[in-house]
Amino acid sequence: MLRIRNLRSFYGNLQALKGVSLHIEEGEIVSLIGANGAGKSTLLNSISGLISSKKGRILLDGKDITNFPPQRIVKEGISLVPEGRQLFAPLSVMDNLLLGAYQRFGRKKTDQIEADIERVFQIFPILKERRKQIAGTLSGGEQQMLAIARALMSKPKFLLLDEPSMGLAPKVAREIFRIILRLREEGVTIFLVEQNARIALQLANRGYVIETGKIVFEGTSEELLGNREIVRAYLGKGYKKVWE
Amino acid sequence: MKIWNPDVERSSREKIEQLQLERLQATLNRAYRSVAFYRETFDRMGIIPENIDSLAKLPQLPFTDRKTLMENYPYGMFAVPLREVVRLHCTCGPGGEPVVIGYTRNDINHWTQISARILHAAKVGKDDVVQICLDYGLFGEGLGFHYGAELIGASVIPGSDTDPRRQLLIMRDYRTTVLLSKPSFALKLIAAIKENKVSLANLQLRGTVFTGEPFSETIRRRIEGELKIKVINSYGPPEIPGPKIATECEKKCGLHIFEDQFIPEIIDPQTGKILPPGEKGELVVTTIAKEAFPLIRYRTGDLTVLDFSPCECGRVLVRMHPVIGRTDNMIIVNGVSFFPAQIGNILAKIEGAEPHFRLIIDREGTQDIVDIMVEVSEDIFFDEMKKLHQLKKQIEECIYQTLGIQVRVKLVEKRSLSGAESGKIVIDKRPK
Repeated sequence: MLRIRNLRSFYGNLQALKGVSLHIEEGEIVSLIGANGAGKSTLLNSISGLISSKKGRILLDGKDITNFPPQRIVKEGISLVPEGRQLFAPLSVMDNLLLGAYQRFGRKKTDQIEADIERVFQIFPILKERRKQIAGTLSGGEQQMLAIARALMSKPKFLLLDEPSMGLAPKVAREIFRIILRLREEGVTIFLVEQNARIALQLANRGYVIETGKIVFEGTSEELLGNREIVRAYLGKGYKKVWE
Repeated sequence: MKIWNPDVERSSREKIEQLQLERLQATLNRAYRSVAFYRETFDRMGIIPENIDSLAKLPQLPFTDRKTLMENYPYGMFAVPLREVVRLHCTCGPGGEPVVIGYTRNDINHWTQISARILHAAKVGKDDVVQICLDYGLFGEGLGFHYGAELIGASVIPGSDTDPRRQLLIMRDYRTTVLLSKPSFALKLIAAIKENKVSLANLQLRGTVFTGEPFSETIRRRIEGELKIKVINSYGPPEIPGPKIATECEKKCGLHIFEDQFIPEIIDPQTGKILPPGEKGELVVTTIAKEAFPLIRYRTGDLTVLDFSPCECGRVLVRMHPVIGRTDNMIIVNGVSFFPAQIGNILAKIEGAEPHFRLIIDREGTQDIVDIMVEVSEDIFFDEMKKLHQLKKQIEECIYQTLGIQVRVKLVEKRSLSGAESGKIVIDKRPK
């Protein structure tokens, strides 16, 4: 479904991605693990068009979307749940969701959008309860759910998740991971960036390990969990086993 | 159609090439980071691994050869610390110098999958009794297939590649259905069947998978005919963590290279230039899924041809012609490979200086016979016969101990190896 060949991304003169190639098939959860500053968020931001200074090729179902602006990429069916959630804090839950469907606004589409809000409320019942609440006053877990729900409002076939468990209590993080699995069952393909590599690999079919902007390992989750170097570097002490 | 990993074996060229690029880049990044030889060579040549942004740029990378592996003995080419290595195997260089090959847990899992693919292509299943008559020791061939056969769920007999008579009795009594061996062992087995007057009706054998040495179609037909079985060929150079890199399918029209783990190239052995598909040249292999012992553009010394046309079996994996010959002077005799230089080294040790010698290889029945003519100084000839006989025995014994091959030594006078064939160290009279 998504094929990336030799992606190089730049922040000014600084090269953050140094020729990354990877692929994600339809219906898969693929995770990307790596240390802080390795280029994980850069990769997601490059796919979603937020970083325009890049070389290489990003192909979605064979179509070259490398230089598409973010709004076109959303239209192509790729939606990002950004790191730190990036909600519209002063707005209500409902307004945040509606903004998620922004690029779909138009005549005769209100019914569809309303139906989608209902669908999203089924996945996140708590958001229905809180629909009039100001987003900034939600708990961390609820905010994360809202960020995912907002991304779903563009009806993506492909979801990019950047550190969805960050700053959440283990119990809440577990809930988020259950939702990720449910989304896959509903046919959404997921590219997951996660600090908590153990959980990421337990959820994912396959994974990539990124180090200073370069992929150094790739394989099935089983293979990556069986690699002692990866286990030592990314799954060692200090990583909570919140999924167990 | 029997295909073990259809996701890979029956995928598409486009998918395979994407996977190859990803794995090649990760392998280069790791090799550059962790193997001093690759880091120094790349630096010296001004190669930055991340600039290899397509498979077409693979030829920009330097070759790795047997000599490099020997110079980095024992652990210089390892890309992981020893504590991550769970298995060590070895192979020998031209002068008998060993090369150590390491495997991580994932490497072993990969080789298990690969041997399962080969056995599956040979239609081995749960109901089969598989007898593995290969070396179970340092060289690792026996264990390589053992794991795959167990994974498939067959009943596995860890046999050996010596004593065909005993293996034959096991084969009869345990009702072996599939034999894994070198072709030369199957020939010994046929001899043992005749010698012991075992009736084929008492054997359940229906197939064999061959490995370890090239064989001709004549030999295949003979073995298939005499044992009433199907023969499937497999291929893998001993230095490449494997156990094998390619297998035949039931169509028997070339060996499918496992391209998700190995990238093959064909080069002109003289110039090192890439040859287009369909041309005969030296096979060069890059491993793209190995953790402990990655090899970049390894020169196998084997001559073959690649065929990218689709195979009727449904696999999209490229096919290689069975090995046509060698770029060096490696000789395979009764399944054991060696270099003439190894014989020279042994003679030098015994005589103090390397004498002129000539190998004459022929086939008698199913057996390869090696005669070695060795020049000795005149004064020995003036000496008593007993001494000459002792020297002959000593050389034969020493070659058997070192290389594992039985030879017949003939001592000749100095300068008697000149004449019309003076330049030739090896004369191979075996029918092709």
